[in-house]
Amino acid sequence: MTRKSTPMGSVRGLGSAQAGTEHFIHQRVSAIALAVLVPWFIFSVIHATKAGYASALDWAAKPWNAILLILLFSAALYHMRLGLQTVIEDYIGKSGTRQALLILNTFAVFALMAAALLSVLKIWIGSGV
Amino acid sequence: MAGSGWTDPRPLSPHLQVWRFHMTMLASIIHRATGVAMYFGAFLITAWIVALASGPEAYAIADVIINHFLAQLVLFAWAVAVMFHLANGIRYLFWDGPKIGFDPNIASLISIVNFGFSVVAAGAIYAYAVIAT
Repeated sequence: MTRKSTPMGSVRGLGSAQAGTEHFIHQRVSAIALAVLVPWFIFSVIHATKAGYASALDWAAKPWNAILLILLFSAALYHMRLGLQTVIEDYIGKSGTRQALLILNTFAVFALMAAALLSVLKIWIGSGV
Repeated sequence: MAGSGWTDPRPLSPHLQVWRFHMTMLASIIHRATGVAMYFGAFLITAWIVALASGPEAYAIADVIINHFLAQLVLFAWAVAVMFHLANGIRYLFWDGPKIGFDPNIASLISIVNFGFSVVAAGAIYAYAVIAT
């Protein structure tokens, strides 16, 4: 990777971290996925929850729905991790607090990811379809 | 932000107080605010899918909570937030990709349309959910 700062600048931490473009692109690619997945989820979940627990479970157990739920949670959690990272970097200037919040952001997103994906898989496997 | 222990020596971009108010600015602020709000909403959505996976007793508890008046308010606010972030996000994709919609008047107009759309779309979703169930 080419560094646009001088070696002294790099040592002092001045100049950019050279990771902004990737962040920018990932934020937008996940946004494109969510622009499709979120309307599907809202429309789908309204019908799925019509008749309570049994109908909701049936819906989530269908392979296509399980696949789309996995994609939805993955894209949404990735997108919101990138988004909150930017918010933290913009507003929290104190380096210790900033690092702590950035780590908390990562942990929170991975915890949600594990819980959501395990739940979707459990429903699908439990259904035996 | 001076006085809040900013330890990063790199220069900051101009902050709120130097900007004249305009619609695209308001849309940008609300885009960020709705994004942060939905971050916390994601905990609730995840809790719902975990409840569904946990069995009928857990789902019944979730169902009682969701049907509470205050939870319905939160759900409606969530729908408004999602619809705004979606509409405004698509506008940003048009800015970033094909570079469409940069004309100041058009950009302001689209901001206003997005505000209106988010409330109307959330109302439509809510009405649809009531009719469908």
